[in-house]
Amino acid sequence: MHFIRKKSFHFACGLLTFGFLASCTAPSNVEKALDEQILHFGLGAEPQHLDPHLATSVAAHNILSALLEGLVGEDPKTLKPVPGAAESWKISEDKKTYTFYLRKNAKWHNGDPVTAQDFVYSYRRILTPSLGAQYASMLHVLKNAKSYHSGEKTWKEANVGVQAIDERTLELVLENQTPYFLELLNHYSWFPVHPPTIEKFGASEKMGTPWTKPGNFVGNGPFSLREHRINSVIEVRANPHYWDANLTQLSGIRFYPIETADTEERAFRTGFLHVTQSVSSDRIEYLQNKHPEWIHFEPYLGTYYYRFNVKAPPFDDLRVRKALSLSVNRKLLVEKVLKGGQLPAYCFTPPDTGGFTASDGFGYDPDQAKKLLNAYLKDHGLTKLPPIELNYNTSEGHKKVAEALQAMWKKALGIEIQLLNMEWKVFLSTISKGDYSLARAGWIGDYVDANTFLHLWRSGDGNNLTGWSNKEYDQALTQAERALNPKDRFTHFQKCEELLASEMPILPLYFYVHVSLRHPSVQGWYPTLLDHHPYKYVYLKGEVAK
Amino acid sequence: MKNFFISRLLQAIPTLFVIATLTFFMTRFAPGGPFDSDKAIPEEIKIKLQSHFGLNLPLFDQYLLYMKNLLAGDLGPSFKYVGWDVSELIQLAFPVSLSLGVSALLIALLIGLPAGMLAALRKNTWWDYLPMGIAMVGICLPSFVLGPILIMVFATKLKLLPALGWYSWTDLILPSLTLGLFYAAYVARLTRAGMLETLKQDYVRTARAKGASPGRVLVKHAMRGGLLPVVTYLGPAFAGLVSGSFIIESIFFIPGLGKFFVTAAFNRDYTVVLGTVLFYATLIIILNLLVDFLQAWLDPKAREQR
Amino acid sequence: MAGSESEGAAMSTKAGASLTRDAWIRLRSNRMALVSLILLALVVAFSFIGPLFCEYQYDEQNLDEQFLGPSKQHWFGTDSLGRDLFARTSYGGRISLAVGLLATSVSLLIGVTYGMVAGYVGGKTDAFLMRMVDILYSLPFTIFVILLMVLFGRNFLLLFLAIGAVEWLTMARITRAQTLNLKRAEFIESARALGFSHARILFHHILPNLLGPIIVYATLTVPAVMLLEAALSFLGLGVQAPMASWGSLIKEGAEKMDIAPWLILFPGLFFCLSLFCLNFIGDGLRDALDPKSSKD
Repeated sequence: MHFIRKKSFHFACGLLTFGFLASCTAPSNVEKALDEQILHFGLGAEPQHLDPHLATSVAAHNILSALLEGLVGEDPKTLKPVPGAAESWKISEDKKTYTFYLRKNAKWHNGDPVTAQDFVYSYRRILTPSLGAQYASMLHVLKNAKSYHSGEKTWKEANVGVQAIDERTLELVLENQTPYFLELLNHYSWFPVHPPTIEKFGASEKMGTPWTKPGNFVGNGPFSLREHRINSVIEVRANPHYWDANLTQLSGIRFYPIETADTEERAFRTGFLHVTQSVSSDRIEYLQNKHPEWIHFEPYLGTYYYRFNVKAPPFDDLRVRKALSLSVNRKLLVEKVLKGGQLPAYCFTPPDTGGFTASDGFGYDPDQAKKLLNAYLKDHGLTKLPPIELNYNTSEGHKKVAEALQAMWKKALGIEIQLLNMEWKVFLSTISKGDYSLARAGWIGDYVDANTFLHLWRSGDGNNLTGWSNKEYDQALTQAERALNPKDRFTHFQKCEELLASEMPILPLYFYVHVSLRHPSVQGWYPTLLDHHPYKYVYLKGEVAK
Repeated sequence: MKNFFISRLLQAIPTLFVIATLTFFMTRFAPGGPFDSDKAIPEEIKIKLQSHFGLNLPLFDQYLLYMKNLLAGDLGPSFKYVGWDVSELIQLAFPVSLSLGVSALLIALLIGLPAGMLAALRKNTWWDYLPMGIAMVGICLPSFVLGPILIMVFATKLKLLPALGWYSWTDLILPSLTLGLFYAAYVARLTRAGMLETLKQDYVRTARAKGASPGRVLVKHAMRGGLLPVVTYLGPAFAGLVSGSFIIESIFFIPGLGKFFVTAAFNRDYTVVLGTVLFYATLIIILNLLVDFLQAWLDPKAREQR
Repeated sequence: MAGSESEGAAMSTKAGASLTRDAWIRLRSNRMALVSLILLALVVAFSFIGPLFCEYQYDEQNLDEQFLGPSKQHWFGTDSLGRDLFARTSYGGRISLAVGLLATSVSLLIGVTYGMVAGYVGGKTDAFLMRMVDILYSLPFTIFVILLMVLFGRNFLLLFLAIGAVEWLTMARITRAQTLNLKRAEFIESARALGFSHARILFHHILPNLLGPIIVYATLTVPAVMLLEAALSFLGLGVQAPMASWGSLIKEGAEKMDIAPWLILFPGLFFCLSLFCLNFIGDGLRDALDPKSSKD
């Protein structure tokens, strides 16, 4: 008996010691990266698609911007369009025709030259009805694109406004003047795909083919796809065929789809990650105090808000909607609950979006709120409102906000809010069916122009889902889309915002701030509104504390 | 013996059939589908997506189609990880969960068996109370408490072990320890109880009376009896280890099957859900079979009951 | 054998009084079990009566008092929204214990009935019923509970129904085995001869004699159920905000261990203590009620 006990004890001891010794000497990812120049990036989620025409998520964007390049690139500090696959472009007098001149040395990862025909092929692909691309509507600004995409006409019949004049000249014709067109081109829905690869895997008209797997994927960006292990890591390596390969200093990037902020933080603190996707709001204060050199707060183009179902009581009455909005202490919310330096929202579009800043539509006025509610109650012969259900999708962050608001409304208006935490899919299904009263929502801009926010509230827009419809709003929006002069556009945008404030179909709460942890050795990384960081400008340099 | 195996295998087929059918309809009746997303999809596009995956057929037709493919060994494509097949995903994720489970089990046995035996042999002394006390704590401490504590101590503060991931062999240590300690506690208690039970038996006293040395008595007789309840526990324990490991996989960022399953359930990735459930069920059936076999081998009386 | 017959006679309800008394004496002499019983009673008292002594509600937020350590004002400290932890821990205790109790009751109800019927009726019915149990044993149950909770929403009722439905199989097996044994005992045969209906026999004669193993198993199931609820809370599938259970409190606290250790310390302590006590009591009951079990 002693023998057995001793043996297993010694074995266990030996194993542990060996383990410790082995890892004691192993340097962390961040330490090794100074030599290897490999960026370790917290992706936040496993991307559903690596196909640029099918992708929909931030995670997908982060990888696609490494693997592919569109006609234009982004300035790393301002995100303004700079030459990408196209080295220059011309805009016609009537602002409806854009002619792009592709650069001589733009190449795909296998050495093939990037041609104008590749872009025609790509735009045709995403607009092909049977592909089922969710972001195909981004290309509706092209002339006749909608008629082809809806299946009304064939490609030949539709005569979509994209044409290859020659190998290196691409002409795009727009349906209407679109002032933010060049900004649009930064979205991955406009990225090209390599036609021979697509044809090889039969992916020109359907999804679900293996063309996006490592070894098959051919892109034209600074990096090529090396490894893809689901839920574990996605690795890309610098590609020598990229036209600007001399500028790229990173030799590779490893993306880790870590879903929880706490696990990401643990990874960061043990030197496993250079950059995290998010930070848990509870830990912000602590990190700010202990490690201010790590934590970064960057304005992010997004609005956090609640939707009212204006078709059903009590939110079919404007007074109740206003009462709820006016009695939220947004300042307290961002300072005490969110703590990330978020900005309270008194309008829908984030400030300085493409130069446009809406004036505050309303403020914090709990007395007025009470008055409005009492007027409503009196009219309906009620002493108090029946309990209201608030839907939100499962997340610690949403829960905290919901709980805080629940308490605020109870105190200020005496109304009872029932929190209904739903799992994501159930939540989406419920909202799209209109089966709710009050629901949490968030909207991140796709490009830097107020249009990406305000178009949501157009009558019948697929993302509206509140049941609100206002002709004046629709008109102002269309006028903003057509106007050329920024000043005119901003006037129309302001009108939209004023209507949103006076009708209150939604309850804006705050504007996003992107909070993340970033190691000081990451250079060439600048805060941008869309959280885009062109990787070819990034490199690793500096001291790594042991 | 052979009849035993055959009858059990035959029993497995209707079992799997029932499980497949149950899961299929359960997932379909739940609200939400794989293509609901926060940026609204135009109806026509949604229809296209659904028809690509055959989701626009009447439900019963989909069921028949799925069963037909299943018999041919085809688990279908994933809805969420487009371009990947379910069997591919299981092939990637299962070995991970398996290594985690096996390491945890080894730790459980390496710590639990000797601890339990020691406690039984040194009954009612500190050698008994202390290990059993610790074991009791082990049973009462959830893994999502122990895990972060171990990470905080060994990874963040002492920087001795990795905090997460599944990239090199050192990544195995903390997760298996977290998972294994819980089962070690159970194993210790079961071993102790089993050994005490056996040590009292007549045949053990007879062996002693016949002059067999304590060591021989221990190995040949008592241990067998002590191992019996552990073996009985092993089957469900191992199945539990592999299928319930999603908490550990989540805390330690391990790309195992548990995590796949939970994510698939949340994403309404029907095929992955079905594939994983069937896979686990098959695994459990095989494990139960092995355990019954081991049991019969260890305990002659059990053989007769079959 | 003579031994079993006399035991059978001793197990008839007439002699029940002396059996229970013996059991009680045995239990009382088991110090660990007694201490556990007292501690558990204290925990239950804390959960249900505790809030009376606390001036705060469990959902009362005070955004100026976030993350405060234990003090005279907040005995256990406060959480991220300034809610008093003492109030939340006791409230959480109510929820966790209730879930434990209710889910176990569900599993008992299903399992005992199932097992009794299978054992009593015997024959083909028994074979079929037990085959079903064997099939169900192959289900990866945790998986199914998760699936149920994910798919059909976070209903409190569904929560303990789902958990309860997971645990009844073993109870069914135990009950069936015991019923089979009892069925053959003399006093049952005489009851049949006297013309008592099946139902009466089941409920008046067999069931009381099953109480021993049932109670033991129930006491050991409650901790398993509570752990399962904690695991579900970890996935966000447990109770809805602002309700709290020990499981959800522990989960929240685990993430902030280095900045506010009291958030995990207090709920964790109560949670582990309850499990601890329940296990010891279960062990003690098993030793006390089963005369054949090994004496410690």
